[in-house]
Amino acid sequence: MVRKRFETTVNGRRVEREAEPRLLLSDFLRHDLGLSGTHVGCEHGVCGACTVLVDGEAVRSCLMLAVQAEGRQLRTVEGLAEAAPPGGGEDRLHPLQEAFREAHALQCGFCTAGILMTMVPFLETHPDPDEPAIRRALSGNLCRCTGYQHIVQAVRLAAERMRTS
Amino acid sequence: MKPPPFDYLAPETLDEALDALAEHGYDAKVLAGGQSLIPLLNFRLAHPTVLVDVNRIGDLARIEENGGGLRLGALVRQATLERDPRVAECDPLLAEMIPWVAHPQIRNRGTLGGSLAHADPAAELPVWAVARGARLKLSSRQGERWVEAADFYVGLMTTALEPHEMVTEIEVPEMPAGSGWAFEEFARRHGDYALMGVAARITVDGDVCREARLVYMAAGETPTPAPEACRLLESEGLADAAIDRAAALAAEREIEPSPDIHAGVSFKRHLAAVLTRRALRRARDRAGAARAA
Repeated sequence: MVRKRFETTVNGRRVEREAEPRLLLSDFLRHDLGLSGTHVGCEHGVCGACTVLVDGEAVRSCLMLAVQAEGRQLRTVEGLAEAAPPGGGEDRLHPLQEAFREAHALQCGFCTAGILMTMVPFLETHPDPDEPAIRRALSGNLCRCTGYQHIVQAVRLAAERMRTS
Repeated sequence: MKPPPFDYLAPETLDEALDALAEHGYDAKVLAGGQSLIPLLNFRLAHPTVLVDVNRIGDLARIEENGGGLRLGALVRQATLERDPRVAECDPLLAEMIPWVAHPQIRNRGTLGGSLAHADPAAELPVWAVARGARLKLSSRQGERWVEAADFYVGLMTTALEPHEMVTEIEVPEMPAGSGWAFEEFARRHGDYALMGVAARITVDGDVCREARLVYMAAGETPTPAPEACRLLESEGLADAAIDRAAALAAEREIEPSPDIHAGVSFKRHLAAVLTRRALRRARDRAGAARAA
């Protein structure tokens, strides 16, 4: 099968690669770019672990072909934290990441990247979400550890801080 | 869980896409949102040798008002339908059904035409199309033809589409004055495939029910209408007792749900009756509110 060249932008960095058309975006991110923060659970669009942003929208990267990323802006969990300023210091976590840490919104962490990438655009359009709205937005992400309670709390905490900051 | 090999074409225009379908026919598959096709590829349930990715054909993603109804490009994303004020205005039944389609991430990619052509009998959008009397434009190198949604669904996951055709546009008529509508679905968790669901649409004139339409999901091989129950409503009206009788008739006689690991047939018929009663009462209230306003 004919390999195809394509160009895309991942976390602000332009990349140009060649791939078989059947390569899934999730596998491209993990294996070709080494961005293993995007997790792969079910590979058929049920679990949400592989959610990434494509032109700012949350999509399942196991249901897109890598070649379809041509000309798109991708953002993965690696692109959430702000890099440390030159000269030292630490990376600055995204407020949602901070809130997840504080509210114990993860245990094993397998689903976390997908949930973060789902809730980041959600919070941009819903700065003050109530609990039912958060649960609806979370409906496409499976977490088998937390029971979701702490995830909902973390999202509310992050929303509050992002509103006031 | 990886797709089998295929060649990939990404035409920029509809003509190029139709050329590709004309050339490859049965061996080709149209890739729109990919939210059903890519799982099928990942499971290796589908083995197309060519994928024709239509995502770059911007003309297919238009939404237009059309004399009180809508003309919707096949490539319109489900998330766009969810947000677009023209959809809320011209097709409140669609606006009510869209949030039930899978999950937000799926709706960001999934398209209207893709879901209609995939023809899953447990999906919302085919039921919407039949309930609304939508027409689908099927395009090919030979030209185009319009097919009523009710005629488009011919069997389990099977449509009137020929291998060299694709759905390019969907047209829905204006909702007539005195319209009421409602959608009810029962799934184990929100976003899961429905165990049962029903779209109801009525037109009332005073106390008379001029037209009723009930269409069920997960109730047979295709979106399943209940014409007998609708005739009962059209002759007896929309009092609670008539609604109860129509719901029982539809649930017991007019649908053919299959048992699965979550529910047997008798439970699904029970769900159908309950959901039909709820949907018809809500539709009736909306039609009344529209009349009062």
